[in-house]
Amino acid sequence: MDFINTTVERSTVQLQKADFESDQMVKWCPGCGAHAILAAVERVFPRLGYKKENFCLVSGIGCSSRFPYYVNTYGIHGIHGRALPIATGVKVANPHLSVWVATGDGDSLAIGGNHFIHTIRRNVDLNVLLFNNEIYGLTKGQYSPTTPMNKVTKTSPHGTIEHPFNIGELVMGAQGTFFARVPDNDLPLMTEAMFEAAKHDGTSIIEILQNCIIFADKAHFGTISKENRDENMCVVTDGQPMLFGANKEKGLRLNGTNLEVVELGKDGITIDDILVHDRYDPNPGIHIMMAKLGPPNFPRIFGVIRSAMFPTYDDLVEEKISLAQQDSPIKKMDHLFKSGETWEIK
Amino acid sequence: MTKMNRPIEERESVVVKFVGDSGDGMQFTGGLFSESAAFAGNDLATFPDFPSEIRAPQNTIPGVSGFQVHMGSAKIYTTGDLCDVIVAMNPASLKSNLKWAKLGATLLVDSDAFDQKSMEKAGYSSNPLDDKSLAKYHLLKAPITTLTVESLKELGVDQKTAVRSKNMFALGMLYFIFNRPLKPSFKFFDVKFKKNPKIAEINKIVLEAGYNYADTIEAIESVIQVSPAKMEPGRYRNITGNVATAWGLLAAAEKSKRGLFLGSYPITPATEILMELSKHKSLGAKVFQAEDEIAGICSAIGASYAGKMACTTTSGPGLSLKSEAIGLAVITELPLVIVDVQRGGPSTGLPTKSEQSDLYQALFGRNGECPVIVIAASSSDNCFHYAYMAAKLSMEHMTPCILLTDGYLGFGSALFKDPKMASLPPINAPIAKANDTSYKPYKRNPETLARSWAIPGTDGLRHRIGGLEKEDVTGVVSTDPLNHQVMVNLRAEKVARVANYIPEQEVDGPAKGELLVVSWGGTYGAMHSAVQQMKRQGKKISHAHFHYISPLPKNTAKILKNYKKILVCELNGGQFVNYLRMNFPQPNIYQFNKVQGLPFLINELTDKFNQLLEEK
Repeated sequence: MDFINTTVERSTVQLQKADFESDQMVKWCPGCGAHAILAAVERVFPRLGYKKENFCLVSGIGCSSRFPYYVNTYGIHGIHGRALPIATGVKVANPHLSVWVATGDGDSLAIGGNHFIHTIRRNVDLNVLLFNNEIYGLTKGQYSPTTPMNKVTKTSPHGTIEHPFNIGELVMGAQGTFFARVPDNDLPLMTEAMFEAAKHDGTSIIEILQNCIIFADKAHFGTISKENRDENMCVVTDGQPMLFGANKEKGLRLNGTNLEVVELGKDGITIDDILVHDRYDPNPGIHIMMAKLGPPNFPRIFGVIRSAMFPTYDDLVEEKISLAQQDSPIKKMDHLFKSGETWEIK
Repeated sequence: MTKMNRPIEERESVVVKFVGDSGDGMQFTGGLFSESAAFAGNDLATFPDFPSEIRAPQNTIPGVSGFQVHMGSAKIYTTGDLCDVIVAMNPASLKSNLKWAKLGATLLVDSDAFDQKSMEKAGYSSNPLDDKSLAKYHLLKAPITTLTVESLKELGVDQKTAVRSKNMFALGMLYFIFNRPLKPSFKFFDVKFKKNPKIAEINKIVLEAGYNYADTIEAIESVIQVSPAKMEPGRYRNITGNVATAWGLLAAAEKSKRGLFLGSYPITPATEILMELSKHKSLGAKVFQAEDEIAGICSAIGASYAGKMACTTTSGPGLSLKSEAIGLAVITELPLVIVDVQRGGPSTGLPTKSEQSDLYQALFGRNGECPVIVIAASSSDNCFHYAYMAAKLSMEHMTPCILLTDGYLGFGSALFKDPKMASLPPINAPIAKANDTSYKPYKRNPETLARSWAIPGTDGLRHRIGGLEKEDVTGVVSTDPLNHQVMVNLRAEKVARVANYIPEQEVDGPAKGELLVVSWGGTYGAMHSAVQQMKRQGKKISHAHFHYISPLPKNTAKILKNYKKILVCELNGGQFVNYLRMNFPQPNIYQFNKVQGLPFLINELTDKFNQLLEEK
C-alpha cells in the first residue's frame, strides 16, 4: 500500500477478512444494503495494513449503528446522535487508532446534526460511513432529514413538507475536507472510497446510498439501479474528465459559473471541453456544485468528490501539547504546586 | 510603613466587602486585598458576588458587583455573614449591601459618586451620606474619584484612565486601615502589567495616594491588626474551588498514569475548571471544548473507553443534558468524573448564585436503574481532595462518579496547603493485560465487582461495549429477562460496595445525645461555625457533615440511631433529608431548608438548633 496513516501501528502479518469477522449473528433484514457495507469494510480493513487491535468502530443508534457488534475490532455502540463526539474522544485520546464511525441519516443529521457540523469543522481524523437510506428504519418508517419532499411515510401520510439535506452540500458548508458518495450496490466503488477515506487526514464523510428494503425500498433506484445508472450516475476520478452515459459519451462542462451536460461530438464538443475532476482543490466551489447535481437534469456524482488537505484537530492537539511540554517549566504536578503566588508558613 | 501615630486595635477576624459597579474592578481589588491578608499570614476565605450580566446598566442595583474577604488569626470556615468593613464605590452598591453591614461597621464610600442621578438610579431620595441615615455606622466618606485624578495629574494620564484607577485608591486606604504593606502589591503590578509599565506605575501611585490620604483622616482613629493565624507548616496559596477541582483531577491523572481528558462546554459557575485545565497542556491534559454539553460528556466517554482519565464539568442545566450519556457510562461501566458546580435552578435559574438543589438529579436523574457514585466537596480548598477521590473511585470501581460542588465553593477561595504527589493515595485502575485469554468484557473483580478496563490498541482484547444491555461476563448483547435482572443488581451492588473503600462518617461532638445536625457539601463552613457557637454556649449538639453521598458511609445508620432529634440542613427544598429518610426510615428526622441562592447565616442556623433543643 502506498499510503497509510503513519501514526497507526502496522500489523506484522497480512490480515484476512476472517480476522475481522465477529461471532455475532448479523440481525439486519435480509436484502438490507447494510450487509454490503459490512462486506466492504471486511475487505478494506485487512488491506489497510494496520494492526487489528488499532481499529476502533463507533456508532450511535439506528440500524446502521449495530455495525460495531458485527466487526471484530474494538468498538463502542453509543447513544442516539452522539457517535461523532464519542469517536472524537477516542481519537483525541489515542491518535494511534484508526477510528471509524457507522451512522445513519437520522442519527447524524437529525438528532446528531450539531455534532456532525462541528466534527467536520474541526476536521477530526475520523472515517464516517453515513448510511443514507432516507428513512428511520429502526423505528419503522418515519421521514428523516434526507427524505425527499412530498414523500409519504408513517409520519407524513400526506407527503413530507420538509426540504431534505443534501449531505455533500452540508459537509462542505461545514468546511468539510473529504466527501465521497457511493451506492450500496457497487462493492468496488465502496471499498475504494473507504480506502481513500482511510488515507485522508481529517473527517472523511462517505455518504452511502443504502437501500432500506422494508421502509424505503428502491429509494435510490432512480439513480443507482442497473437501468438508470448509465444515465444518472457519473463516477468521478481525480485528474479525469467527468464522463457518463452507457458509452461515456456524455460529460459535464463548466459554462460560466454553472455545470452543464454536454455530448461528445455534438456541437463540436471534444473531450477537452469536459471538466477535469480535481478532488484536492482547497476551494470547495466546484465540489459543492458537483455534490448538488442530480436527476432529472443532471447525473448524480459518485466517487470521491473532495479530499482537500487541511490540518486535523487531533494533530493540532498533539502539536500544542508537545510545544507546551518543551516550553513550560511545569512538567509534573509537583512543579505546578510550586508555581504561582505561594508563601511558606514555618 | 507601619503608622505608629495611631493605636492598633487587635481583631480575631474581620469581614471586608468591596462593592461597586460591574466595571469598577471590585473582583481585582478584592483579590489583591486577599493576597495582602494571605501574605500577612491570616487564614482567609473569599467570595465574589457578581451579577450574571457582564455589564448591567451603570450605577443600577442589578449592576452591582462585590467581593467579600473573611480573614482571621484563627481558622476561617466561611466567607462571613455580616461585614465589618464595606467599601462602596457608588450609591447602588451601598444601597444593596448595607443589609450585610454589622452595626457600627466601617463604610468607606466614594462621595464623588453620590451625584443626583446616581442616587436616583439607586433609589435614594436624599443623600445617605448627609441625611444621618447611616448614623449607626462608622462612615468614612472620601472624594475618591477627585483625589485619584489629582494624584495622577503629574503623570499626564487621560481622565478616563485616571478615573478607572479609583479602586486602587480605595484599596490604598484599606491597606492603611489594616496596617498592610504596599510592597507586595507593587511587585504584583510589576508582574501583571509587565507589558504596560505605565499601568503598573499608575496603580502604584494611586495605591500610595490612597494610603497616604487615609493617614490624614482624623476619623480613622486606630488601625486594625489581624495577627497571623496558626497554621500547619507548609507552602500555601489562595485557591478557588474551581481551580482546586481542576488540580485534583490533574493530580489523579498523573497518579493513575492515565492522562487527563476533559470534554466540556462553558457554563457558569463551572467554566473556570475548563479554563484552568486548558492551561495545563504541559502536563499532557487534553481539553476538548465541545459544541454542547452532550458532546462534552460523550467525548469524555470515548476518551475513557480509549484509556484516559476522562472528565466533564458542568452545572445543573448541563447535568440535565448529560443524563442520557451518564447512563451510557453506567451501562458500559467506564470510569468518568462528572463535576457539577451547582447553581440556583430550575432551568437557567440563578446562574451566579449557589444552591444544593441538584442532589436528586445527581442521585436519580436518569432513565433506568442507573446508580452512580456521588460525592461532595465542602470547602474551596478540599475541592482538590474530593476531585481526586472522585477520579480514584471512578477508575478503581469502573463506574461514573458525580462530584458535587457549588458556585459558592467554586467561585470562592480559601487557603490551600500545597500537597506532595507522593503523599496522595495510590490509584490502581483495573487495566486488562495484553493477550489475557481469560479476558471477558464483564468479568468482574469479585471484591469490588469492577470489570476490567481493556484499552483499544492492546493486543488480544478486542471487544465491543455499548448502550444495549449485555450478557453477564461475555458482554454479548442480551435481552434475556433474568440476565437483565442480574446486570441491574450487579451495577447497583458495585456502587454499594464502594462503601467498603470510603472513610466512615465522622461526628463532631458527643456520639449520643439530644440533637444531631446533619449537612453535606458546601454548607460545612456555616454549619461548623454555628455548631461551635452553640458549644461555646454550653449546648449539647453534634454535627455530621457528609462528603460521601452515594453510597453513604457504612456507619450512617448507626449514627442516626444515637440521637433524639436529627436536623438536616440544606440549601434546597429537602433532598438529602428525604434521601436519608428513604434509606433509614425513622420519625425523628427534621429538616431546615433555604432556597434563596444564598448561603446559610450562622444565626439562622443557631436559632433553628436552639428551637429544636427547646421543643420537647
